[in-house]
Amino acid sequence: MSEFTTTEVIRTEGLIKRFGAVTALSGVSLYLRRGEVLGLVGDNGAGKSTLIKILTGFLQPDEGRIFIDGKEVRLRSVSHARSLGIETVYQDLALINELSVYHNMFLKRESLLNPFPLLNNQRMRRLAREYLGHMGVNIPSVDTEVAQLSGGQRQSIAIARAVYSQARILLLDEPLAAMGAKEGSLIMNLIRTLKSEGQVSIMMIAHNYAQVLEICDRVNLLQHGRIALDKPAAETSVEELTELVMREYRAGANQHRRAAAGL
Amino acid sequence: MAEDVLFAPPVKTEPEPMPKRPNSWLRVARLFLRQREASIVVVAIALIIYFQFSNQAFLSTQNLRTLSQFVAATAIISAGEVMLLICGEIDLSVGQVYALAPFIMYFANQAGLPLLVGLILGLIVCALVGLFNGLITVMLKVPSFITTLGTLFLINGLTLTISQGFPVLTPSEGWVNEILGHAAYAEIIWAVAIAVVMQIVLSWTRWGLHTVATGGNLLGASEVGVNVARIKIGNFILCSVLGGFAGTLEAFRITSIDPLAGGTDIMFMAVAGAVIGGTALTGGLGTIVGAFLGTLVLSILRDGFTLLGVSAFTFDIILGAAILVAMVLNVRLRLWREAGRE
Repeated sequence: MSEFTTTEVIRTEGLIKRFGAVTALSGVSLYLRRGEVLGLVGDNGAGKSTLIKILTGFLQPDEGRIFIDGKEVRLRSVSHARSLGIETVYQDLALINELSVYHNMFLKRESLLNPFPLLNNQRMRRLAREYLGHMGVNIPSVDTEVAQLSGGQRQSIAIARAVYSQARILLLDEPLAAMGAKEGSLIMNLIRTLKSEGQVSIMMIAHNYAQVLEICDRVNLLQHGRIALDKPAAETSVEELTELVMREYRAGANQHRRAAAGL
Repeated sequence: MAEDVLFAPPVKTEPEPMPKRPNSWLRVARLFLRQREASIVVVAIALIIYFQFSNQAFLSTQNLRTLSQFVAATAIISAGEVMLLICGEIDLSVGQVYALAPFIMYFANQAGLPLLVGLILGLIVCALVGLFNGLITVMLKVPSFITTLGTLFLINGLTLTISQGFPVLTPSEGWVNEILGHAAYAEIIWAVAIAVVMQIVLSWTRWGLHTVATGGNLLGASEVGVNVARIKIGNFILCSVLGGFAGTLEAFRITSIDPLAGGTDIMFMAVAGAVIGGTALTGGLGTIVGAFLGTLVLSILRDGFTLLGVSAFTFDIILGAAILVAMVLNVRLRLWREAGRE
């Protein structure tokens, strides 16, 4: 991490989100610098997905403030977040099985045959082919229905869709899960390419600490809906992260035992 | 009886323009069979041939006209149902707005308004019913099967109340009546035009794409930013308006307005037509052309058996079996097509 401008593209202050009695986020404050790759790690249920869904406008926080490019915003909807340059690749990929690859890639950003309100399928097909070719994604044809693709191919298409949508801020929800070694390294390389180009700032959720430390500039550990650790990737290690998560796990188990014993 | 038999042209059953591959007929045939609607076209042609051989009057001008009347109103409704089924919902109340819309037009006309204004008022009321169905379903999260079961009785009661249960004569304004269903084939021309427009909407507009996305993956579509509530509510309105329009056309054709017209019969025919035409009840899949052809097949069956003198009781048995056979064939053919695409 050498020549970053200190400009923050995202800053959150005290984000709180409750689902009924469950508090998913209990005051998350974090930041993402321009051109940076931030790794977000944490145990299951730590609130990572909820945080991503808030930053992408899909959920609204109960409390707390969000700043995009230094300006406070209230992200009303996915479209609103998108208009600010925030794109997300969800864990469930948000692909429509019944639609072709190119329709999926251009869903909600369709090209039209102006002035007619008809889809410009030719153009979308051509661009989809170009994009995927540039990424080195191998699929039979952009006309293929997504249902017929492998898990890795589907992931690649979801990422390509986000990358090529003029995103300035890319949120990746476990981009490396359910990936073969070859496809996984393709995605790692893609993230590296994006990092070297420096146009996009990336926040990614991942479970594999080694991969996170390899590719990210900085790591945030989320525990019980709070940021428990914020360090440059070079200054932490797989051991430290594991130890923190295990300590928390043991504490939780103790608490559980005490509660069970009626204390 | 069979003097003035017309042999050609038969009912138009081509689904979509086929890709022109002059090199081999076999390839064209295979491409055709890979189309979703192919199986239903084959069934329709087989039925036409069978009924024509059984009774020479089947392809007579008179009978084709009767057949077109069987098809038209149901096909218009099935176009609306397909849009709803694709986005994962259903409208059971469409047969009731079918009866309500012409009454609204009638009373508006009695109050001194021109028929066309009455027609538009009727369609606005239908749109409000659709909006109501959509809001209850989407906002209050009541399954549409239940929501529209409620409005089915509600609207039926409303129509019976305002009409006091008696049919009335359709008001007459000359050319308006002719264009809106009274002239020979006017109704089927409307049905074909609506099917064409709706197929274009489904296949070549953002609305159609978002409808498929909503039914295919509701959460995914909304994560991408598709306003799934708007899509669903819009399609409820569309289906209801098409139902009201079909009912009004029918009222002009038969020159009377019956509070008990349509009902669950025509609604289930429309849904059955859509399903036979390849629309999945689970959402995400379906075409307007398929629904039109499915409705055509049902109408051919009904009309053909009537010509053969099969009783209405037997007809229902045959119809039920036909729906089951068509569905089994459809599922098998789809699996075969998907296997063939790899």
